[in-house]
Amino acid sequence: MTRIAASPFPGDPPITPELVHDHNLTDEEYGRIIALLGRTPTFAELGIFSALWSEHCAYKHSRPVLKTFPTTGPQVVQGPGENAGVLRLPDGWAVAFKIESHNHPSAVEPYQGAATGVGGILRDVFTMGARPVALLNSLRFGPLDQARNRYLFAGVVKGVGDYGNCVGVPTLGGEVDFGPSYGGNPLVNAMCVGLLKERDLIKAAARGVGSVLLVVGARTGRDGIHGAAFASEELTHASEQRRPQVQVGDPFTEKLLLEASLALIQSGHIVAIQDMGAAGLISSSAEMAAKGGVGVEIDLSLVPTREPGMTPYEVLLSESQERMLVVAKPDRIAAAQAIAARWELTATPIGRVTDDGMYRAKWKDQVVVEIPGQRLIDDCPVYQPEATEDPEIAERRTAHPAPSTQHLAPGEALLTLLDHPPIASKRWVYEQYDSTVQAGTVLGPGGDAGVLRVPGADFGLAVTVDCNSRYVRLDPYEGGKAAVAEAARNIACTGARPLGITDCLNFGSPERPAVFHQFKESCRGIADACRALDTPVTGGNVSFYNESPAGAVDPTPVVGMVGLLSRVNRAVPSHARAIGDVVFVLGRTQAELGGSQFWEVVHGFVGGMPPRVDLGAERRLVDYLVTAADAGLLRSAHDCSQGGLGVALAEVAMRGPYDETGFGLDIDLTAYASPLAAHDLLFSESHGRAVVTCAPERATAVAALAQELGVPAQRVGTVGERGGTVRLLLRDATVLHTVDRLREVYFSSIDQRMGD
Amino acid sequence: MKRVAVLVFPGSNCDAETLAAARAAGSDAFFVWHRDTDLRQADVVILPGGFSYGDYLRSGAIARFSPAMGAVAEHARAGGTVLGICNGFQILCEAGLLPGGLMRNARQRFLSRPVWVRVEQTDTPFTCLYEPGEVLEIPVAHGDGRYVAEPGVAAELEATGRVVWRYVRDNPNGSTNHIAGVMSAGRNVVGIMPHPERRAAPALEGGGQDGARVFLSMEARHATQDVADVRAVDDRHLRV
Repeated sequence: MTRIAASPFPGDPPITPELVHDHNLTDEEYGRIIALLGRTPTFAELGIFSALWSEHCAYKHSRPVLKTFPTTGPQVVQGPGENAGVLRLPDGWAVAFKIESHNHPSAVEPYQGAATGVGGILRDVFTMGARPVALLNSLRFGPLDQARNRYLFAGVVKGVGDYGNCVGVPTLGGEVDFGPSYGGNPLVNAMCVGLLKERDLIKAAARGVGSVLLVVGARTGRDGIHGAAFASEELTHASEQRRPQVQVGDPFTEKLLLEASLALIQSGHIVAIQDMGAAGLISSSAEMAAKGGVGVEIDLSLVPTREPGMTPYEVLLSESQERMLVVAKPDRIAAAQAIAARWELTATPIGRVTDDGMYRAKWKDQVVVEIPGQRLIDDCPVYQPEATEDPEIAERRTAHPAPSTQHLAPGEALLTLLDHPPIASKRWVYEQYDSTVQAGTVLGPGGDAGVLRVPGADFGLAVTVDCNSRYVRLDPYEGGKAAVAEAARNIACTGARPLGITDCLNFGSPERPAVFHQFKESCRGIADACRALDTPVTGGNVSFYNESPAGAVDPTPVVGMVGLLSRVNRAVPSHARAIGDVVFVLGRTQAELGGSQFWEVVHGFVGGMPPRVDLGAERRLVDYLVTAADAGLLRSAHDCSQGGLGVALAEVAMRGPYDETGFGLDIDLTAYASPLAAHDLLFSESHGRAVVTCAPERATAVAALAQELGVPAQRVGTVGERGGTVRLLLRDATVLHTVDRLREVYFSSIDQRMGD
Repeated sequence: MKRVAVLVFPGSNCDAETLAAARAAGSDAFFVWHRDTDLRQADVVILPGGFSYGDYLRSGAIARFSPAMGAVAEHARAGGTVLGICNGFQILCEAGLLPGGLMRNARQRFLSRPVWVRVEQTDTPFTCLYEPGEVLEIPVAHGDGRYVAEPGVAAELEATGRVVWRYVRDNPNGSTNHIAGVMSAGRNVVGIMPHPERRAAPALEGGGQDGARVFLSMEARHATQDVADVRAVDDRHLRV
């Protein structure tokens, strides 16, 4: 067969070393490209390598580390490598879920950056044949006392909300944290959870020579070109000029695309479907071809465009949103087009599957791209960067706060913590997200984990996202373990059994040994915790280069977890529910204030050894919470995390923002963790703990089950009156506040800072 | 058994749960696509929530021109029963089938939370199973939920008993007279801003089913059975 070498398109710039560098390719990488092609690449080909060999698409720095994650188990239907991971549920159901970052776009255009992040993760889930039933998000910003951080925070929240609200997928949970390292580079991670029947699962592998590639949905414009490359470089002052590379979202079209895609998958007319996400058409088509072990040939002039005069380079690399690439059986094109038309979308044939293994793109008759398809994906270099801990961090870990001259009483410290934005209620945020659309919400945002019904089934799903970057920064291994452990506790507090995770690993530049050390060690922690808790990793996303002129962000490996609640009508909420109920503290409290909110907020000190995760104890606590909920023993269960036992007890008492008032609590801790001083006992962030309440007649059973399962359980008091007093009695101090005072501080903190 | 048409516009996103709530109440419910002009002998038409046509111009402003809306207007003129929920309420106002309109929330932001509404009128096809003055907990989720009407119109609504639901405890969006839902002069077209279909099944957040009777009322009205039998219908609903 005669090979037609690709030729430059009229008007393409000549390939110079500067142009190669502008495409974020090293000399060594460019050398590989020449060797692979046996000639100089065309401009379009250079763009393709730049996108597909970017960190964002190729994971060239992270792949060897990611391979160490546990990814198998009887519940795993689909592990890493597809658009989303899939886990098995009862009755033929399965759950597809994935988390992804949209940090860089959100840093320069918060509203659209965040909105399109939600759009992308929705498409990742519905391309598996799953209907999206829940969204979550994990957000990080600089402190709210700076106007720019407030602008970014407000813009991101509105962007997340407007997109998900319009598509009609409830936001069931999330986390928001604030810290100085995120000022120059906020983090915006979006997670989507979808339900499908396992038999309807579809994968993104092109099959069948002669099958036809259709582009479905929005027209292709010049937006978002090189978004993947942008995501793979550090943010600088010049990044503002990247604003035109931020895509613009249209959730209305997304909703139509969702319905059309699910209908196409159900119809049997198609063999594969892939979101045109990062690196657009090139990424989706090249990946589908490589996965199927076939070639493709595309005529770029057939792609419907928004504006005239677009070049092959632009059509291939555009990241215009709300587009799908579908591989249809050759005799079903008209039928597939009819389904798209039913949802008022076009489906345009642009190419076909070939048997020569080449990735070939033409413009009418001219070949502008011709690359061996498998090698385009496989030949990307893989790096094993150096990893060394920053000595300053090692020093910080052994440090202690300077002895304070002003001694804040525990009761005052509690109010300070409840007012601190990372701890305070996120009502201001989740009120902007529709959390009840689809009418399946059992527990919405504001608790430990969101819970939703599965239509027609007795079981439900619990969903959460978690990471405490303070711990990861101080001790990446323990911090990685802690992210998984906290997610599992949150899931288990609702009564659900943790099933598996997706992760979004947000770090600085992997080319810096100190950052790569954080990455490697926290992944080791995640892997160990996932093995101990039986929660395999089903996929995720790596986001490196989260750096601004002020430095790298704190290492933030966010864990998204799903759990199975065997009887959804037994879902356990996180707040107290009835006067006279008995309160237990589960787990052990030790003097572990390293990385705590107490030291950070009250002493202005970030350091110390973060609390260590005992994975055996975590496992026992999870088993206990699931068993107790299933037996109907618990009235509420709440995880102890940031702010320690003091904040956890206050949250149990305060109830939700729309309840007219909370409950008083009468708590006696004099016999619990007795050697500890008041501050240590109340604000230590030891892992493996939860506060549960139960009806008085169940207290004996609650304690007996704890003993049976090896979980320390201390009966510490009772739930008081509505609007009553929260009284925490310690050996050396007493905390005394009306619950309404606590509510006022906790629920208005962020509103006040945002000027409401 | 009533025939209930649930209209679907591109961008509707509460259509499935609205259909489910109507079916759970015992109705013969089906979807009608916005391009259809045949309502298929529907007794009741429901316009569900969502973002019809993306709501890019103004909530409900484009949907009112859709082919199906001509048929809905005819159905309403002939005395047929119509319910608009959230975006459906906005569309009915834009189409002139209900007085007034829905403007941006007073706090200028989308608002998703539970609210408490008092049932002010029980002589409607959607509230006849409630007690007068009963307070319901149901969620809102809207950016444009602030009901406004000319002073004369609002006064007339009050004087003629056409405010069907009213926010109590607090006014979440700044609505005139705390109005959460109204009806037409013919008392056959009703709009409500909160989402009763999200409180129509057990095990949901808050555990409430306060919205279920909106749908059960459709079946009960003009029925020959007495209230005790209707409760039986309610019980069946509880088991769905």
